[in-house]
Amino acid sequence: MSDLNLDKLPGGFKGMSEDIGSDQTTFKGVNWGKAMMWIFLLSDTFVFSCFLVAYMKVRASVVEPWPYPSEVFALEMMGVPVPLLLIAIMTFVLITSSGTMALAVKYGYEKNRKMCGWFVLLTAIGGLTFVGMQAFEWSKLIFHDGVRPWANPFGAEQFGAFFFMITGFHGTHVSIGVIFLFIFARKVFRGDFDTGRRGYFTTMKSDYVAIEILGLYWHFVDLVWVFIFAFFYLW
Amino acid sequence: MAEAKKEQTTTHKIGIYLWIWGLLFVLSFFSYMVDWYNFQGLLRWSLILFFMFLKAGLIMAFFMHLFWERYALVNVLLWPMTAIACFVGLMVAEGKYTVFSRLFYFFVGGA
Repeated sequence: MSDLNLDKLPGGFKGMSEDIGSDQTTFKGVNWGKAMMWIFLLSDTFVFSCFLVAYMKVRASVVEPWPYPSEVFALEMMGVPVPLLLIAIMTFVLITSSGTMALAVKYGYEKNRKMCGWFVLLTAIGGLTFVGMQAFEWSKLIFHDGVRPWANPFGAEQFGAFFFMITGFHGTHVSIGVIFLFIFARKVFRGDFDTGRRGYFTTMKSDYVAIEILGLYWHFVDLVWVFIFAFFYLW
Repeated sequence: MAEAKKEQTTTHKIGIYLWIWGLLFVLSFFSYMVDWYNFQGLLRWSLILFFMFLKAGLIMAFFMHLFWERYALVNVLLWPMTAIACFVGLMVAEGKYTVFSRLFYFFVGGA
């Protein structure tokens, strides 16, 4: 099987038609787990799209004014309300963790065990910080402002339902990602991907491509936040 | 072992990741500035969408390595997005109809 040389295959759309018509594997040079992660992320894209489209549709069709996010999500800093301060910090934290994940994947490719492990751990800590700030944001809205899924003091009643649904679903993704990042940081440091140690649940050998697959998931979480930030907080 | 040899292990220079990382920071800062300077109306929405799609494109192309993938994978992933675009178009029309009928029956009082 070592005769597969991707550089010799034609690229572009010609390459695509030859890959699909080759009567062999379609995604040449792609690990099956990576292809499966992409298919999962595609389905997850549809889930989040449905949430965001539903939210925009409802927001466009309510007759009461929609709560102005710039004021709802403002934080008092030395007596002055700063719009979207916490959300901006959360955005930067998530982008930072996305960058560290990209570096972890890069060092994984190079089979640099220590650097890869540290960057996966750093990503996990970034994700944990994000979840912590989201917990703070939620508790402020629930206990201080009295926002409920069925009512809120700012305007249209549907606001709460969509806010908790969309950011909650995203936060769940981040939390699951953080758990896996910690597990994989341990696996990298232990050298599982160098020695081919079998996974506890899968009982299968793995290598650093697992870090790339985990990276795809984590970047997707960041990607979804880009859309939530634009449509929910800025719009 | 055959499986391991089939996979391509390419690595890219660290510079490209740091550049994209920096660009994402700058673009996020710009989209935050849209709110800070309180732009309204069409300018606000077009700027938000512009920065959003730029950021999403950078993340997918470089952090998720789609730029380096073969077209067979890229096209399988990107064409389904047109279905979402159609859905958005449908819901824009539906939203306009809903708000029209609400305004009409709640405030005008119907026919």
